[in-house]
Parts: sequence; structure tokens; C-alpha cells
Amino acid sequence: MSDQQPPQPPPGDDDADAGRPEDAGPVAVTEAELAQAEIEAAKERAADTAAVTLDATFSQRLIAALTGTSVTVTILAFVSALVIGAFIIAVSEDAVREALGYFFARPTDAFRTGFDAVGSAYLALLQGSLGGVPQVSETLVSSTPLILTGLAVAVPLRAGLFNIGAEGQFVAGGMVAGLVGFAITGLPMVVHLPLALAAGIAAGAAYGWVPGVLKARTGAHEVISTIMLNNIGLLVSGYLISTTLFRRPDRADPISRSVEESARFPRLIWWEPSLRVNASLLVALALAVAIFWLVERSTRGFELNAVGMNPRAATAAGMSPGRSVILAMTTGGAMAGAAGAAVILGLQYRLTIGFSAGLGFDGITVALLGRGRIGGTVAAGVLIGALKAGGRNMQAQTGTSLELALVIQALIIVFIAAPGLVRAIFRIKAEDLATTQVSKGWGG
Amino acid sequence: MRLELQAITKRFPGVVANDAVDLVVESGEVHGLLGENGAGKSTLMNILYGLYGADEGQILVDGQRLELDDPGDAIDAGIGMVHQHFMLVPVFTVAENIVLGVEHTRRLGKLDRARASTEVAALAERSGLPVDPDALVEDLPVGIQQRVEILKALYRDARLLILDEPTAVLTPQEADDLFDAIRAFTAEGRSVIFISHKLREHRAIADRISVLRRGRIVGTADPRTTSEQELANLMVGRPVELSVSKPAATAGDAVLAVAGLGVENALGGRVVEDVDLTIHAGEIVAVAGVEGNGQSPLVRAITGLQDIAEGTVHIAGRAVKGATRKQVLRDGTGHVPEDRGSEGLVADFSVAENLVLNLWDAEPFARRGTLQFAAINAHARELVDAYDIRTPSIATTAGSLSGGNQQKLVVAREFDRPIDLLVASQPTRGVDVGSIEYIHTQLVAKRDEGTAVLLVSSELDEVLALADRVAVMFHGRLVGPFDTPISKEAVGRMMAGADPAEVLGTPPGGDT
Amino acid sequence: MSQTMTAPAGQRRRERRFGIFSLLVLAIMLGVFATSARGEQATFVLNDARGQLFELPNLVVTVVPAVLVLSAVVAVIAYRQFTTGFGSKAVIVVGVVALLFVMAFLTWAAAGGQLSVVGLLRGSLARATPIALGGLAGVVCERAGVINIAIEGQFLAGAFTAAVVSSLASDPWIGLLGGIGAGVLVAFMLAGLTIRFKADQIVVGVVLIVFATGVTSFLNTQVLSGNPELNSPTRFTAIAIPVLSEIPLIGPVLFRQSMLVFGMLFAVGALHYALFKTRWGLRLRSVGEHPKAADTVGINVLATRYKAVLLGGVFAGIGGAWWTLDAVGQFSREMTGGRGFIALAAMLVGRYSPVGAFGAALIFGFSDQIATSLQLLRVPVPSDLLLTAPYLVTILVVAGLMGRLRPPAANGKPYTKE
Repeated sequence: MSDQQPPQPPPGDDDADAGRPEDAGPVAVTEAELAQAEIEAAKERAADTAAVTLDATFSQRLIAALTGTSVTVTILAFVSALVIGAFIIAVSEDAVREALGYFFARPTDAFRTGFDAVGSAYLALLQGSLGGVPQVSETLVSSTPLILTGLAVAVPLRAGLFNIGAEGQFVAGGMVAGLVGFAITGLPMVVHLPLALAAGIAAGAAYGWVPGVLKARTGAHEVISTIMLNNIGLLVSGYLISTTLFRRPDRADPISRSVEESARFPRLIWWEPSLRVNASLLVALALAVAIFWLVERSTRGFELNAVGMNPRAATAAGMSPGRSVILAMTTGGAMAGAAGAAVILGLQYRLTIGFSAGLGFDGITVALLGRGRIGGTVAAGVLIGALKAGGRNMQAQTGTSLELALVIQALIIVFIAAPGLVRAIFRIKAEDLATTQVSKGWGG
Repeated sequence: MRLELQAITKRFPGVVANDAVDLVVESGEVHGLLGENGAGKSTLMNILYGLYGADEGQILVDGQRLELDDPGDAIDAGIGMVHQHFMLVPVFTVAENIVLGVEHTRRLGKLDRARASTEVAALAERSGLPVDPDALVEDLPVGIQQRVEILKALYRDARLLILDEPTAVLTPQEADDLFDAIRAFTAEGRSVIFISHKLREHRAIADRISVLRRGRIVGTADPRTTSEQELANLMVGRPVELSVSKPAATAGDAVLAVAGLGVENALGGRVVEDVDLTIHAGEIVAVAGVEGNGQSPLVRAITGLQDIAEGTVHIAGRAVKGATRKQVLRDGTGHVPEDRGSEGLVADFSVAENLVLNLWDAEPFARRGTLQFAAINAHARELVDAYDIRTPSIATTAGSLSGGNQQKLVVAREFDRPIDLLVASQPTRGVDVGSIEYIHTQLVAKRDEGTAVLLVSSELDEVLALADRVAVMFHGRLVGPFDTPISKEAVGRMMAGADPAEVLGTPPGGDT
Repeated sequence: MSQTMTAPAGQRRRERRFGIFSLLVLAIMLGVFATSARGEQATFVLNDARGQLFELPNLVVTVVPAVLVLSAVVAVIAYRQFTTGFGSKAVIVVGVVALLFVMAFLTWAAAGGQLSVVGLLRGSLARATPIALGGLAGVVCERAGVINIAIEGQFLAGAFTAAVVSSLASDPWIGLLGGIGAGVLVAFMLAGLTIRFKADQIVVGVVLIVFATGVTSFLNTQVLSGNPELNSPTRFTAIAIPVLSEIPLIGPVLFRQSMLVFGMLFAVGALHYALFKTRWGLRLRSVGEHPKAADTVGINVLATRYKAVLLGGVFAGIGGAWWTLDAVGQFSREMTGGRGFIALAAMLVGRYSPVGAFGAALIFGFSDQIATSLQLLRVPVPSDLLLTAPYLVTILVVAGLMGRLRPPAANGKPYTKE
């Protein structure tokens, strides 16, 4: 409150004026001035919501993305996460902790060893992701499933749903794609590979359809049901891989038979066998384009977005929220299933326990980093893919454990989910940093 | 107690909600605060109750400066508030709600529930506001819930009571009872700030009226010497036409035919019972009633948003039962929903997108499953001009428009296509007077085009100004429609459940 | 307004659905358990292996008749479910059917061998401990309106820190304090990000799980694997309460447990009392149901939420410490194996009540224990599939197949004054 003291009105002064309204208050404004004022007020409020309309062109989107504060926040989030990651590397380094033991005697030792450890780790990270053709190939290999699981989270996000179930959908897709890949033999590649891929996509879609239907029919919160389905998926796949249906006949430990050559994605750079980048990357990009049309350009996408932003208004306009919810979850599941198929048919060729390796959960990072936008999600997929590929190199070169990548990822989302935190740290004034709210409590 | 607000200023993005507001409330006074929707009344009271911090200015109670950091401070200073949206926990009992925050406890912080019940029962008895202390709040009708809100303030020994739009949920008769309770309260030297946008009520209860317009106090009036017209002019800032001019209706064929309609809520309880209603082309039939008497489910059932449990609804000969909401709308029904924010539009969608919200997959806005943005945008530009929607551009999000312009957007979308039936629920709620006048004119124009119009409103003045025939809803049953003119008093009594035969003196049917 | 009671039609439909469940159970009992037993008799051991004052004789039952008797009871129940129904007791009856099924299953599984009932029940209670504590963490947070999905993360942080601290201090109590501290630290991040910075509660919860998994795994490989002395915590030992522990059957199950189990039982009772009987609980619940109403009567909504989330961190931290200070005695990567999610499930199945969450935790602990016991008995049932039971039950509960789940009204919504 201000400290200025307005003059005390004399008591009872308004009694005399009572009943003479015409001399009170400002002169009436004209209709045109009022209209202008309303428009100005709307403009001011609209500035708070940096929204891009559905029909924006690619360049408009790009400009909006680059000039909006979201990119500032994304970059700052990345930087902050790397800084905290650096701190963790330094603390966990044995040499640093030894130096900390005599910190007060020679403080520079602790800093120097710390900087050395961090510097070499991050250099290895960068080299491992972008340092040459093989490294870029590895980045793209890592990015492929991440783009797809990112889409698996992003599409439901647009319908107001938080799909934590990409992991389970990934497992379903990978299992079925793998099964089709090794159980059927003697088919030509043009038939076998698309068949295995389609089977994987269908399995993922079915596994995403379940929580969608549960949500639409009974209101069961998708976060709870997808968490539970993830665990069910992991347990059941573990069981199946150890059965004779999947297990390699010559092995006692749980590992499946290998996918037939005819169901494997061909390498893109076939003349260089060490480069693992394969055709599943092209599939991922093609699916991203299709999803862009679905979400941003189609009538179904219009419904889906409307349902995500205001399901009651969507219902009142004659849309069916249930149908959009099912569509979004099924499509999301299909993308995760495609990711599972891409990994099994393009990279691993056989199923092992835990083959999903958290790639479905990574999709959450990717989608949030891409802010639920399709283009953003693809870009984020490549970025996180680079982080993973680099992380592997870091582990090999400097012994800094790969789990650091997980920590950095988590930190990135923390900063993105709470832009207020970024603002507080960097003291940037930006009133328009909207938080991403996806949860609406547990639907009962 | 004597309350003084000095130069209170509060700014929100895009608007100065309160601009150097001065206000004095004397001991034992009922001070009316009058203003349009969005004039800043609620903001001012939220500041006085410690919910918002003021950007500038100060508050004095009996000459002492008051620092308000949260509502606890206001309560300690003897200020109580009955909010427009009740501040009651639905799953708690009446007694729990009333003692919340000032509970008596025994060992180990154990709640003394027995004592709370006895105290609440005694207080209710004493203040003439009877209520069962052990009932769950969610099981009580809104009128009783308001009683609980008032008791909550009295339990804290409030010496100044703020009542924010208290009559919105009451019948005229219940409102009179409330006024009696207010007079008893002020007779003890306590004060009341009474907030309403209804001029009549101010003239009935207030000792003095302060008028707020666009965040400023523009005058203080004596209800005994100021006419409703003068108050209205002061509130809006220009001469206001209180009545709507409309030529006599020329009713045509029946368009809406409702017969024996029954509707159930989610728990299977009957909320609409045996309703018969026919509306002809070219007439406006209004349904009056206190909110929560079944108007919403009636409208929802007629427009295909809620299942019909019993009976039939036909629009231009087509049965609504079995049709989807989409079919009902596309076949020629326009619907302005009662809550535009939650049902009328998608706040994060652009103006253009909202204008095709119910035609999104129809030609020419979509072709082969793909949206046609050229057509969508052209349509939007046309409607923004035609319906005077004040927006910076058609790409602006609908949520950033003012309430009145949001409503004009909904009206534009629902009116601007060939329809047989128009259903408008509370079409002017939360809307400024300029937009109210505009929407009223448009409703009459739509009627004169030959559309059948069903208007549902809890604003009795609106009902009487627009309707060609008036029906009243009470406890899920519909009486009427009756031909106009009909007296406000008669409608008011039927809103409280009085027998129409008794009220109107002419028995419509056989009994009594 | 005229509010009639729930339409009987919906109730009947639900009962009939329950009836189908009973028939399914009956089919398995008759088709599998009554026909494919691996021995004629099943022996249930009712004494503690460590010996006790009053020994009970072993319970020996003949498998086929026992299963048939149990099946007959189920058949009678199913008949009534399809005809008159059980009304308000319908859900309880489903529980009875499930219990009969479990009894028949155990009889079948133990056929031709010995099954220690004491071991089974005591193990169930022990395994229920972290789940119940995690459930309490969820209950106290969500009752105040903050969704806590991060229980799994709190578990991991608690388990890791408790292991390291207890190793350094050679004292499980100090280790427990460390575990609590770690749980509270994660809770503090959850509270700060969701309450102060209004980040989405579910997103933050998921992220904190990833974060805690990442940090503990990273430090485990990077630090603990090279320094085993940091990962050899002093553990809590089982305590036999004099006299009580000698009561046949109940004694060894309930009163020969570790301190953490006793602590959990106390916490369940205390929190239940505090939530529903005290001023603190009334205010906390008002914040979760209608924060603005709480605010208008002078309750500090944000402070209440902070405290609730931090208290949740205490429970979850103790729950995490159970792994390293009680059950396993060593930290390993991702050792909590998704029990945090089961704790979340226990909270939901227990309908946001501490005692309810404890009951659900017991069921889940039982299914956990039974999977282990069956492996010992070499019963040909895949333990992986048995372990899916808690998840399936949870899906059924959130889908409303066992009655409507009613979460606190303001759950998941950040509170803003202006």
C-alpha cells in the first residue's frame, strides 16, 4: 500500500450532495471511445497469452517460437540444468572430494579438479553427439524413438490428457512387432517389414486405447490408469519373453529369438556398416508430418484441441469429448508403439527384459520441452537424442555415469514446468510465462 | 462500526479495477454499492476483506488505520462477508463450516463437535435463521446455504457485513426475508454493505447508495429522493432505456413442442417433472424462476445436451430424443448457454475459431476433413463487423475480450445461421449495459424474422421486458406460459411456488 | 428440489456385474483348483519357525473337499447377487468372494506341501509397511489439495540416504533421520515448485521421480560402487514384544516385527485420528476441498499445503528407509521397483483415508508376499502375472467399478489469491 495520505473528507460532506447524481462523476464517454478502450484492454490481455492460431504457417510458427519468451525459458532451462549437472559431476568425482578434505588449506585444488572433471565430461558429451559423422548418426539413432514417444505424449497433451503410459505402449508395440518379425518367416521385405511395423503400431494403439476408453466411459484418470498399465505391461512382457513363444530355444535366460532379416529396417548409409542410422528415422519423420496434419489442420484436430482446452464448450458445440479422448490416446499409443517397433526392428532385433529402457518416460521430457507442439516435439526429440548419444560417449570416455543424462533431463523439465523458477533465478521480467497445466485432479 | 475507505486503487492487466475509491459506511447504516458488471464492486470488497491487496490507499475502522494482509485480519477487525459464490465446503457439515478457523478444541487438538453444534443451533435460533447444524452443506438448497454463510459471519461477531449480490439466488419473497434480517442486524448498531446491480433492491433496503462506474465512485445518492431512472443513468454514465421497444408478436406455427418432459440428474433424481411447453414461430416465451429450479436441465434436455428421461421434445417436427447434440444444432437450433466461460466458448481459441465452433466440420469451413482457414477467417471478419464484436483482430484469443464482447461473439455464432428455434439462457449475465441493450435488440430482431425464441432468465425485469408469454419454473415444474402483461408481483409469487390460480385469480383449469 | 435416491437400475446392473465376477471366480475354483491339485492334502503351519510358548497343531486339510466347500459358498453368493442383491453391502461381499478365492488358491497351492501361514502373514505386513507409509504420504498431500505422484522418488531418495547415513553413523536411527531428511527434501521440491511456482503437480511429480532415480542411480554407480563402506548400513532388527508376541498366530505376525513396522502402525492410527478428529485435520481438509473458503476464514492455504507436503515427505522417507534399514540392508539401483506407484494405488483404493490406504497396502503386501512364497513352493504360477494384481485392482477402482471415487475437490489445482 502507498504511504501517501489523501486529505480527509470532512464528515458528512456527501449528505448535501446526495440525490444530485448529475454533478457527480466524469462526463459520459462516447460510444466510439468506449469501443476503442475495450479493444485496447483486450489487446493488453491478449499480450499475456502468446498463442499461435491453428492456421499459422510454418514461418509464422517459427518466428513466434523464436521471439516468444518460451525459447528464452527453454534455453535458460537447458543452461540451468547443465550447471546443476556440472555441480553433481564435480561432487561425485573422487578427486574432488579428496580435495574438499583439505579445502581450507588449498581451496584451488577442489575448484581445479572440479572444473577439470566437468570440462572433460561435457566435452565428451558434446563430441559424442555432434563430433563427426558417426556421432551424428548415433544422435539420430537415439532421436528416432524419442521423436515418436514425444509425439505419443504430445498428442494427448493437446486433448488435455497426460499420457504417462508411453512406456507401456512402447513395450506393447515392441513385443508385437518383434513377434511378427521372428515368428513369420519367408516373406519378402516389402511385405514383412511394413507388416511388423503395422503390427507394432496397432499394438501400441490398442494399449493406448484402453486408458482412453476408461477415461471416456468411466472418467478414470488417465495418469493413474496409464501408470498401472505401464507396470502391467512390463510384468507381462517379462513373463512372455521367458515363455517358449518368445524365448530363444538355445538360451535359458529371458531373451527372445531374433527378428528375421526381412523385417529389419535397412540402414540408411548401407556402405558404412558401423553407422546405425536406419530407415525408421524416415518413418518417424513421416509420422510426425501426418500428426501435424491431424492436430493442426484437420477437423478431428480442431475437435481434439477444443476438447483439450474446454471440454464442456466442446460438448455444447456438438463435439464428442469422449471420441476425442479416445482418438488422442489411441493415436498417442500408436506413436509409442511405432517407437517400440522402430527400436526392435531397427536396432536391437530381439526382445530382452526391460528393452524399453525408459524411452517412453523420456517422451514426457520431449513433449514438454516441445511444449506439446508437433514441430517443437520433433526438435526436442533430436535434442534429447543428442544428450543420450553424448551421454554414452561421456560414460565411455570419462567414466561419468550415463544416469547423469537422466538428471539433466529431469532438471530441464523442472525449469520448463515452472517458468517462475527461471524468472526468479535470472530475474527476468516476463509476465507472460504461462505454466503448463495439464492435470485437473483425479477425475472421479 | 464506522468504516472508511480512502483512495483505494487496484490495477489488473488491461484494467484499473478501482481508481482512487473513497467510501464511508456509518454505524447502523445499510450502504448500497451499485454498479454494472465489471464496475469493480467485487474487487473493492475483496480488498476490504483482505483477499486482494490494494495498490494504493488505506482503510480506517472507527478512525483506526487497518492493515489487511489476509481475511483473518478482516475478521479480527469485525468485518464479515457473504460471497456471491458461497465459501462453504460442500462435504463438511453446517457446524463444521461455521466454526472453521475458530474451532474449540479439547485435549490433543480434538475438535469439540458437540459444542460447535449446540452453539450453532443457539446462534441460528437467536438470529432467526434456522438451520440444522449437522446437515451436510451439499445437501442443502442454495437459500439455506446462504443462511449458513450469514451465520458464519455472525458467529465471528461481525460488526460490518458485506453482502455480495445476495438476492441472485432468492425469490423476491425470500429476498424480503433477507431484508428483515438485515434490518434486525443494523438495529444493533452494526453496518451492512449491500452490493447489487438491481436498482429496485437498493431502493428497498439501502440508507445510502454509492454508485461505482468503471472503477470510480461517480456519486452517492439517497434512495428516498433518487428515482430508478436517475440511478440507472448514473450507473451507466449516459441515459439508459430501461424498457425494450418491440412491436407486437405475430406468432406462427408451433416450432418447439415439449410434452410431459421429465429429466433426471446424475444421481437419478428428478429435476424436471412433467413439463409441457409450446413455442410458436415469431414469439418469445420466457421462463422465469430462481436459479436451480430445473431451468438448466430443461434447456439442456431441449437442446440435446442431456438425456430425456420421460416425455418428448420436438423441434420443427423433429424429435430431439435419440438425436445427438450436433444433429440438434445443425438441424436449426441456436443455443446461447447460460455460462459462456465454461460452455459458450473456448477461451484459448481465437475469435475466428470460436465463431465456427459449432460448424467446424461443415462446408465451407472444412473440406475432406481439412480445415479451410480462408473461409473461416472470411466468416469471422464478416461477423465481427455485423455484430460489433470489439476485438483487436480475429486472431485474438476469445478469453481476452471483455465479458460483453465474449457474449456478443456467442450471440453472433448462434444467431447468424438459419435456425427455427433459439434458446437463450441468461443471455445478459455478467454483461455491461451497452451489450445488454444490444443483445435484447438482437433477440427481438430474431423473433421478428420468425424464429421461435425460448428465453430463460433469473432477471425478472429482463423476462418482463422481452417476453410475449411468461412461464415460471419452481421445483422442476413449469406453470404457464401466461400472456403478457403480467404483474411482477404475480410472477414473483409463482417463483416462490404459489398456485397460479390463486395469484392470477382466474382458474386456468378445473381445480380450485 | 425433489432428490430421489440412486436409481435402483444402476445398482442392479452393478450387482449383476459383481455376480459375473463371482461366476468367474467359481469357474477357476472348480475348473482349476478342484481338478489339478498336486497332492491330496495341504498343510498349513500356524507356528513361528523360531518357536513360541504355545504351539498350535498344523492345520491339515484335504484339498478337493475344501475347495468344493468354498466353491459352494461362492455359488450361493453369486445366486443372491443375481437375484435379490446385497444392497449397500455389495462391495463388501465382493471382498468376501475375493477372500474365499484366495483361500481356495492357497489350499490348491499348498497341496502336497507345507505353507507357513505365519510367515505369509508376517511377510505381508512387512511388505505392506513401505506401501502403507507411501499411501499416508499421498493421503496427507492430496487431502490438502496437492497431488503427490512422486512417492516413488521419495522412496528412492529415502532409501539411498538412509543407507549412506546409517553406514556412516553405524546407527539405524540416525540413518532413519537421513531417510526422512531425503524424503522431506524431495517433498520440499514438490511443494516449492507446485505451490510457490504453480507448476503442474503431475508433471512435477513425474519429473521428481526421474530426478530421484537419476541422482540415486548416478551416485550409486559413481560413488557407492567404489566405496562399499558407504553402502553397508546398520539395520533395524526384529523386536519381539514380551507377552504379546507369544499369543498364538497373532503374536508372531503382529508383535515380532521391526521398529519400522510398529512405527507404520502407529502412524496410520495417528494420521487417521488427526485428519478426521482434530482441528488440524479439519483445516487441512478444508484447504483441499475449497481453498478459497479456507482462506476467507483466515486459514493460510499455502502454509497448510507446504506443511502437509513436507509431512508427507516424512512418511515417504521412512517408507524408503524400510528397504535399506530393514528389508534388504543395502542400496541398489531402482531397488524400490515401482512400489511408490503401488503406494499411490493404495491411497486411491483406500479412498484417501489412512486406514483405507493401510488396508489396501495389506492386500498389495499380501500379493507381493504370495508371489515369493509360491516360488518357494514351486507352484507353477508365473509370479510376474500375480504381481499385476495391485495394478489391475487399481484400474478397476479408478474406473468406478467399485463405487464412485471422490477425490478432494481442489486436488491438483494451484491456489492463487488474485
